[in-house]
Amino acid sequence: MRLLRNLVKAVAAYALLAGSISLMAGAGFVNPYWVQILELACIVAISAQGLNLIYGYAGLFSLGHAAFYGIGAYTAAYLMKTYGGQSQAFFLAALLAGGGASATVAYLIGLPTLRLTSDYLGIATLGFGIIMKVIFDNADSFLPALGGARGMTGIAKMTTIPWVVFFLLASLFVVRNTIHSSYGRAVLSVREDEIAAETMGIDTFQYKMVGFVTGCAFAGVAGGLYAHLYAFLHPSNFDFFKSIDILVIVVIGGLGNMSGTLVASFGWIFLLEGLRVVLPPGYVELRWVLIPVLLIVTMLLRPQGIFGAHEFPFLRGKGTR
Amino acid sequence: MEYFIQQLINGLQLGFVYALIALGYTMVYGIVRLINFAHGDVFMIGAFIGLYTIERFQWPLAAVFVSAIVGCTVLAVLIEQLAYRPLRHAPKIASLITAIGVSLFLEYFTSLRQVFGPNFYSFPRPFPVVSWDWYGILVTNIQVVIFFVTILCLLLLQFIVFRTKMGRAMRAVSFDYVTAGLMGVNVNMVISFTFGLGAALAGVGGVLYGIAYPQVNTFMGFMPGLKAFTAAVLGGIGNIPGAVLGALIMGQSETMVSAYLSSTYRDGIAFVILILVLLWKPTGILGTSRTEKV
Repeated sequence: MRLLRNLVKAVAAYALLAGSISLMAGAGFVNPYWVQILELACIVAISAQGLNLIYGYAGLFSLGHAAFYGIGAYTAAYLMKTYGGQSQAFFLAALLAGGGASATVAYLIGLPTLRLTSDYLGIATLGFGIIMKVIFDNADSFLPALGGARGMTGIAKMTTIPWVVFFLLASLFVVRNTIHSSYGRAVLSVREDEIAAETMGIDTFQYKMVGFVTGCAFAGVAGGLYAHLYAFLHPSNFDFFKSIDILVIVVIGGLGNMSGTLVASFGWIFLLEGLRVVLPPGYVELRWVLIPVLLIVTMLLRPQGIFGAHEFPFLRGKGTR
Repeated sequence: MEYFIQQLINGLQLGFVYALIALGYTMVYGIVRLINFAHGDVFMIGAFIGLYTIERFQWPLAAVFVSAIVGCTVLAVLIEQLAYRPLRHAPKIASLITAIGVSLFLEYFTSLRQVFGPNFYSFPRPFPVVSWDWYGILVTNIQVVIFFVTILCLLLLQFIVFRTKMGRAMRAVSFDYVTAGLMGVNVNMVISFTFGLGAALAGVGGVLYGIAYPQVNTFMGFMPGLKAFTAAVLGGIGNIPGAVLGALIMGQSETMVSAYLSSTYRDGIAFVILILVLLWKPTGILGTSRTEKV
C-alpha cells in the first residue's frame, strides 16, 4: 500500500514538473534557449549526483568523472547513430547502454585503483580521465563514426524535458533510497572509518566498488542525454575541466548532500549562462575572472558547502530530521 | 642510435624543467597535504616575468632569474595567506577548491587584454643559440644552461632543507605540524616559506621553459603543472629526490613516445606509467608507506 502511494506521488511529481516546463516552453513563456540551458542543468545535476555518491557518500576522491560522462555520451551517440534513427524506445536503450558502458569501465578501473587511498586515488582517476581524453581525440582511428579530434556530428536531437526530468528524479530516488538503506549505511561507514567498518565485518572493497560503479553509471546516462541535447560531441567536452566543474558543484553544494548538489548544479549552469547575458558585450571574458573569485569567497565563508548537512524534506530518510 | 641519444637529451631537458615544478608540488604536499593546483600558474607567471624582463627591459639573464624568483615567491606567499591559510582547519577539499579557484583566476585574469592578453607570445632568446655537433648528436647551449641552472637549484634546495634551521623546521612540520608547533616552531611562517621556496623554483622553471620552448600563453601552466604533479606522485609525493626522479621519467617517456609513436599519445603515456606504478607501489617509487594506526 505504501509502495503504491509513493509510486503515485513520484509519478505525480514527475508529471507536474515535466508537464509544466514543457507547457511553458510550448506556450512560449520560456524561450527555447533557456529551455536548453535548463535541460543542460538537469543533465549536469544527474552527473553531479553520481559524483556525490562516489565522493560525498562513499568518500572516494575521483578527479576523472568527465571520462565516464564521455564514455556514456560516445556509447549512446554511436548506438543511436548507427542503429537507432529517431526511435524513442531505442533512445532509452542507448542511454541505458551508455550508463552500462560507463559502469563496466568503472568496474574495470575500480578493480585495481580502489585499493589506493584518498589523494592517490584522485591522481589515478585524474590520469584515467586524461587517458580517456587522448582516446577520444584519437577515436576516429578505430571507429571513424566517433569523429576523434574533429568532433562527432550527425547525432539526433532526442533529449527533451520529459527525458531529463525523468532521469533526474530517478537519480535522486536511487541515491536517497540507497543512502537510507542498510546497504547505504555500510557505504557511509566505509567513508567514516574504513578500518572500523572492516572490523565490523563490512566488505569495504565491495561497498566502495558499488558506490563507484553506480555513480559512474549516472555519469554515463547523463552523458548520453548530453550527446543528444546538442547533437555534437567533442573530446574537449570531457576533459579535466569538466571533471573539475562537477567536483566544484558537489563540494560547493556540500559533500554528501543531495539537495546541495541539486541546487549547486542549477546554480552553476545558470551562473555561467546568466553572466553571459548580464555582462555587457565585450566583457564576456570577465566571466571566468568573476567565477573563481566567487568560488574562493564561497569556500572561505562556507567550507562545509552551501547546504552543510541540511537536506530538503523530500530527500530526507524516514526518522532523520 | 644517434637518434635515440638525441631524444634522451631532449627528454632530459624536459625532465629538468618538470623537476623544478614538481619540487614545489611535492614540498607543499609534504607539509600541508594540499594539491596546490595554482602552482602551474605560478610557473606561468614566472615565464611571463621572464618575457617582460628580457623583451621590454633587456635585463641580463641573472637579473631575469632573480626577478622571476622574487615575483613568483611574493605571489605564492600571497596566495597562501589569502586562499589557503583561513581554511587550514577546514576539510582538505575546501582548500583544494580554492586552489582550483586561484588557478582559474590567474589563468583568466592574466589572459585579459588589459593584463597579458590571450595570445601566444614568442619568448625572446636572451642569448644567441649555439649548438655543438658531437658525433651526430646536437647539444645546444640552451640545454647546457638548463642542466646547470637546474642542478644549481637542486643543490641549493638540498642545502636549505638539510643544512639550515629553516630546513629542519620544514622537515619537522611535514612530519607532524601539531607537535612541531608545540616545540616552538612557527608553523605558519614555515608553511609560507615552503610555498615561497616552491614558487621560486617554479619561477626559474618558467624562465627556462620559455627559453627552451619559446612560446608562452597564460594557459601554458596547466599541462606542465599537471604533469609535474604527476611526476611528484610517481616519485613518491613529499619526497624531494622522488620528485626529481619522477620528473626525469616523465620527461623521457613523453619525448620517447613523441619520437617513436605519435605525439598525439604524448599526454596519455605519462598517466599510463603513473597508474602502473601506483598499482605496483601505491605511494610512488621512493615513497614510504605509513602504517595506519587504529
